[in-house]
Amino acid sequence: MYVYDEHDRQIAAERVDQFRDQTERALAGELAEEEFLPLRLQNGLYVQRLAPMLRICVPYGMLRSDQLRRLARITRDYDKGYAHFTTRTNIQLNWPNLEDVPDILAELAEVEMHANQTSGNCIRNTTTDQFSGVQADEIADPRPYCEIIRQWSTFHPEFAFLPRKFKVAVNASEKTDRAAIQVHDIGLQLVRNDQGELGFRVHVGGGLGRTPMVAPVIREFLPELDLLTYLEAVLRVYNRYGRRDNKFKARIKILVKALTPEGFAEKVEAEWEHIRTSPTRLTPDAVRKFQGYFTEPAYQALNDATDVLGKQRFENREFDKWLTQNVSEHKKPGYAGVTLTLKKTGTPPGDVTDHQLEQIADLADQYSFGEVRATHEQNVVLADVRQDQLFELWQRLIPLGFATANLGTLTDVICCPGGDFCALANAKSIPVAEAIQRRFDDLDYLYDLGPIDLNISGCMNACGHHHVGTIGVLGVDKKGEEFYQVSLGGDSHHNATIGKILGPSFARDQMPEVIAKLIDVYVDKRTEEETFLDTYRRVGLEPFKERVYA
Amino acid sequence: MPDVIAADGTVRNDNWVLVARPAEGESLAIPADQPALIPADLWLAGHEHYAGRDDIGVWFDSHDEPELLAGKVDELPLIAVNFPRFVDGRGYSIARLLRERFGYAGELRAVGDVLLDQLQFMKRCGFDSYVLRADKDISKAARCLNFFSQGYQAASDTDQPLFRRRAS
Repeated sequence: MYVYDEHDRQIAAERVDQFRDQTERALAGELAEEEFLPLRLQNGLYVQRLAPMLRICVPYGMLRSDQLRRLARITRDYDKGYAHFTTRTNIQLNWPNLEDVPDILAELAEVEMHANQTSGNCIRNTTTDQFSGVQADEIADPRPYCEIIRQWSTFHPEFAFLPRKFKVAVNASEKTDRAAIQVHDIGLQLVRNDQGELGFRVHVGGGLGRTPMVAPVIREFLPELDLLTYLEAVLRVYNRYGRRDNKFKARIKILVKALTPEGFAEKVEAEWEHIRTSPTRLTPDAVRKFQGYFTEPAYQALNDATDVLGKQRFENREFDKWLTQNVSEHKKPGYAGVTLTLKKTGTPPGDVTDHQLEQIADLADQYSFGEVRATHEQNVVLADVRQDQLFELWQRLIPLGFATANLGTLTDVICCPGGDFCALANAKSIPVAEAIQRRFDDLDYLYDLGPIDLNISGCMNACGHHHVGTIGVLGVDKKGEEFYQVSLGGDSHHNATIGKILGPSFARDQMPEVIAKLIDVYVDKRTEEETFLDTYRRVGLEPFKERVYA
Repeated sequence: MPDVIAADGTVRNDNWVLVARPAEGESLAIPADQPALIPADLWLAGHEHYAGRDDIGVWFDSHDEPELLAGKVDELPLIAVNFPRFVDGRGYSIARLLRERFGYAGELRAVGDVLLDQLQFMKRCGFDSYVLRADKDISKAARCLNFFSQGYQAASDTDQPLFRRRAS
């Protein structure tokens, strides 16, 4: 994992001083609200329905145990003893006081954390696959490139006031896409060309929100060392030509569409030609140095624990379910990746208490080299667990509520904080998630239904990624009342697809029944091997519509 | 113009006047006794008349294209870039292009909705003088120009990004 050097530490400390100064001037009335707004947003600070909300950055989802313990302490000392994992792998506090935020930032800086650019019209936290570095089929570990992008984008003087927010994601495997790169402003897919050289396929102009779009490819192969100069060219074209007259048309996707992907690519290439050999071009030495921070932990030479696990599975059916659902393969024999599901019914998806954060830290130290990863599905991963310790770990996860074996199923809901917390929301999202979780509480039935992404957003901003849910739910406001629009067929993976709206929206208490009817249609129509998405793609929207609106 | 802040935070006064774009049918009202900044395209249109004068500079609005003056920037004693609203970040790109692409070495001034917390970004992008919005406390400019002792990226202030400086 990346470790700060004296430069990073100095910049982090100066940032804390700067925000303290800005906060003091805001409280003293020297900064008007609209002047302080972008400054506090670029420090992750929203003023919300009930209190300010602070979004703390977790760069590409990586956390160390000491950072988890500090986060736990901060939630106790400055908040109400819990935090929320977001769909951008960040962590939010829901109840800090504005005047305490500089102190919180100082505490974070001590453990090499910050809240830089977690909101606002700037380059946000770069995200990637939660199994980076441990999956067998990745082209290269994406995390060094994520860190390179983090440093390049941090306080970039030219791109601090973009037309709108800007999100970059990197994916490393050609077979899976857990980072949803095609619905990002820039999606980078690590690839090798015919000569075996490393580079990126560059997608630009995807995104969710009001006008959801899948990002077109604007360059098939960008050599590894050209990463930053090319990003700089894309951002410069966007900064200069992105629309600033209408907030809803300001994302880069609108510019790419207006110019056509080819026209946009031409503009970028022309700009890039001027700067591609500038000193911003990466050097092999620099890349190696960043890679040196993401080396393998001290794995032991083990064999797969097939026999032991087989016996344990046979003797304990609950363990068997968990192993099937929540444990994933690892490139090293004898190791496995474990997903802790933060989706226990009755707890808002992604929420953790201070105590749970500390427990996760202890588990990370004991079972996974002291590191964890946050996922955009709002779960937490221990990436390097010994297979012969899985049973013991599972037993410890149960009382913590992290062993719910529903990963990837209907009840592993992605859900924004919604109207319970967020000032932007049109409707609550957490109670909808809970009502559906309660209705579908039989794990065997969930397994039979197979992979279904149920994604819930409380408003058009789509923090719950509803457009790319197999089933998407969007909270809408109708004359002051909360309603929910349902879409089907979304997919955030390699065949990225925006879901189609089913029809008129529903009242909140209808939602579990609506979902049940959709599931019934799938069960009636599916062939043996089909997932929900397969069946939907074959039979289309109509049969679902007929049943739900009958 | 009122007080002008230099890149080192010191404040001086000069008398450059920013001449607004004339309305349709009107002509440019250049004052007789003061140096003046005129819209860049109008300077170019009257190039024969203005070139080489040390009392006529240009200003760009945030939607203007600095490419307009490619190859001619050295003829100007002062270039200003207007920030119509401080959240309009196009002026940063204009500044970097003027400096890094077109090689402008003269004074580059930020004008318009220029606030304290944007000063260091402006400095890094190549601005070396700033006219702070009148209601802001000019005594705080020096501190705000120097919140950070270094940046991660190359920009107009340094062509060496931190990853290269670390390596050396």
